[in-house]
Amino acid sequence: MKVIENFLIRVAYAVILLTAVLILNFSMMHLAPGDVADTISQSMGGADKEILDQIRADYGLDRPFLIQLGSYIGNVLTFDLGYSFFYNTPVTELILQRLPATLLLVFTAQVLALIIGVMLGVISARRPNGLTSHFVTLLALFGYSAPVFWTGILLLIGFSLNVHWFPVAGMRDVTISGGFWVHFVDVARHLVLPVITLGSIFLALYSRLCRATMLEVLGSDYIRTAKAKGLHDRDVIYKHALKNSLSPVITLAGLQFSAVISGAVLVEAVFSWPGLGTLAFQSIIARDTPTILGILFFSALVVIVGNLLTDLVLRLIDPRIGTK
Amino acid sequence: MKYFLKRIIAAIAIVSTIGTGLMADEPVQGGTLITVLGSNVRNLNSSVQSGIVTGYPGAQLFASPLRYDENWDPQPYLAKSWKVSDDGLQVTLNLVSNAKFHDGVPLTSEDVAFSVEVIKANHPFKSMFAPVESVDTPNAHTAILNLSKPHPALMLAMSGQLMSIIPKHIYGDGAITDVKTHARNNENVVGSGPFKLVEFKNGEHVILERFEDFFIEGRPYLDKIVMRIISDPAARAIAYENGEVHMGGFESLPRIINRLKKVDSLTVTPNGYGAIGPLDWLAMNTQRGPLKDVRVRKAIAYSIDKNFIHKALMQGTASDSRTGIHPDSPFYSGDVESYDVDLDKANALLDEAGYPLNGNSRFSLTIDFGWPGVKPQVEYAKAALKKVGIDVQVRASADFPTWAKRMGEMDFDMSWDTVFNWGDPVIGVHRTYVSDNVGKGVWSNTQGYSNARVDEILAEAAVEVDASKRKALYAEFQAIIADEVPVYHTNTLPYHTVYSDKVGNPPLGIWGTSTPIDMTYLKK
Repeated sequence: MKVIENFLIRVAYAVILLTAVLILNFSMMHLAPGDVADTISQSMGGADKEILDQIRADYGLDRPFLIQLGSYIGNVLTFDLGYSFFYNTPVTELILQRLPATLLLVFTAQVLALIIGVMLGVISARRPNGLTSHFVTLLALFGYSAPVFWTGILLLIGFSLNVHWFPVAGMRDVTISGGFWVHFVDVARHLVLPVITLGSIFLALYSRLCRATMLEVLGSDYIRTAKAKGLHDRDVIYKHALKNSLSPVITLAGLQFSAVISGAVLVEAVFSWPGLGTLAFQSIIARDTPTILGILFFSALVVIVGNLLTDLVLRLIDPRIGTK
Repeated sequence: MKYFLKRIIAAIAIVSTIGTGLMADEPVQGGTLITVLGSNVRNLNSSVQSGIVTGYPGAQLFASPLRYDENWDPQPYLAKSWKVSDDGLQVTLNLVSNAKFHDGVPLTSEDVAFSVEVIKANHPFKSMFAPVESVDTPNAHTAILNLSKPHPALMLAMSGQLMSIIPKHIYGDGAITDVKTHARNNENVVGSGPFKLVEFKNGEHVILERFEDFFIEGRPYLDKIVMRIISDPAARAIAYENGEVHMGGFESLPRIINRLKKVDSLTVTPNGYGAIGPLDWLAMNTQRGPLKDVRVRKAIAYSIDKNFIHKALMQGTASDSRTGIHPDSPFYSGDVESYDVDLDKANALLDEAGYPLNGNSRFSLTIDFGWPGVKPQVEYAKAALKKVGIDVQVRASADFPTWAKRMGEMDFDMSWDTVFNWGDPVIGVHRTYVSDNVGKGVWSNTQGYSNARVDEILAEAAVEVDASKRKALYAEFQAIIADEVPVYHTNTLPYHTVYSDKVGNPPLGIWGTSTPIDMTYLKK
């Protein structure tokens, strides 16, 4: 019962949060000078006032603010995210077209960064002053501080230009034909560089955090006990220490789900990855309010689902959490 | 015997290879051309959406009555011939009889009449077809455009992406003004151009394939065109360089242009942008503060070293432009004041205008910029004007709408921006200088400039059918503009087309890629 109650409270919070996000963003978009009619005229190389007024009337931008806001919230309540001003396409359709690409990119980068990051963290924690540890620190520092657009371009120059191993942009090569595996390999090839670029930030976070918690755990009494028992070093590290130092890393990974939008924007831009990040960026530039709000709606959903999943995983790893 | 046969076959093989080698300049059929678009496409229907991004796919999907060669001479396209009546009030188009839309329905004069109506109602360039009062369709292959006054600009407006003939049986199912939001502007698009739509994936690509029933025999040469959407210029540059992309237009970053010029397999050329006509300029609000005085505006022009802009900022990629008309246009007249840098003259003019040096400053002005690409120019102007005692504050805008609003409301002193000619001066030049277009949104006469003689000249030039008289009128106009500097013209925006040595006959006419590329082929 407690679980269901907890769940319902969370859902209620989520709905309130979502409404607040929508109202706040709608208002902020409205406060900014200029509107989508300007960007439409920009995309056309100029338009006279008549056309601009006509566009504003078509999209209801000439109505009072509160009426615009009310009708928008009303539509969202009936799960209608509306039409994109800029693309004349249903927002839901636009987002669903882009969502898989972003999920693929972010998910692959996250999972790989998590696995490798934890591995590196453990290795460097075993000999905190060893050469490997310094190397991992350096790598993490580099990964975290180098701007992704720079890392991205550098990788492109190295692996797409100097040696032609990976394609420059996009998610697939439309000129190839073949069965599932041909396309699988094709997408995988396109995925490599963006994943390395995006993963390098996550990797830095995870390896540093894992190293720190491992060091803390390794100094605790029960590890000394385990060692005194004569357990093999490997068992001590992986069975006793690692399990207990993982929960902060998992929590952090869960928080990083929000990176579906924020972290991927620049990487997607550099690699022309056809994902949600690019769409979000373009919509903001174009003042395409329905699309921006639609994306925020979706990303809020992703974050909420991500947090729920994190909770679940933490319970599996650390049984104490559920019983508290 | 067997051995002998083998020899013969080998010999034939050698001869045929040499043969194809010799015929390398002959267009060949087939192949997939991979090209790029620098930003996402909003709408594929070029009869309701202008702009260079729509122009490229639009001109492949839809055919227009005319096309232009690189010497600005009109050539037959959907219209096999045309005639302008002596009084200039009637333009008769004789359409080819074998043109079909991609769904197999024949194209008729009804579609031309319908398209004119749609463009008049929806296209942002109102001046293109404003004088067209009606379109008569005496038979299926004759369309007569009746004009309220002579309209020489119509010829260019009937070419490239500006007059896409769209099928009435598809887009005529609702109100004329609804065509701009028609469901088939982005999917199942039907035109009569050389290529038909296979797939448009928002943010990813546009794929076109050869239209077998295209009305020009043997064209197009390519089987397929893939237009990949790559918005990052550095990534595009790498894609050209490693051969992933065969061709792309509208590259304007000097650094990238110069880098690509060094790649052996690539040709990088500024040809093909005369009609689109992009110009960088410094606009001045002639209705505000010290800028009301023409001497102040001249002083500003004399303080800015164009040479520095051309050599240091544009790194030799852009050409000089002195007037509101692009230097590649036949109407351009560069025989005007060039404002070579002269600080003494600038100081003298400012003294004369009644703004003496007070300490080391005379007065202050703000400067805006329309897009991040011209930020270096703005920073340079700030430094250059400091030398003659004008303090300049750079006002950055968060994004385009913010800047556009300032321009539209004439809430600015100076602004650096890029503006396009769009073919005939009537379409893209008049709007900046005629006094009845003051303050009507961004890219109108936001300078608040007003000169009765300029109004008179431009009104005359708009209806002058004699080409040389028209040219003379525009020459006089350009001299006045250069003398009164409502806008100080510095250089062309260095649009360049990049193509690999595999591409034969790339589109380098006046409309660049906003032209049907049925003549382009891939070398074997």
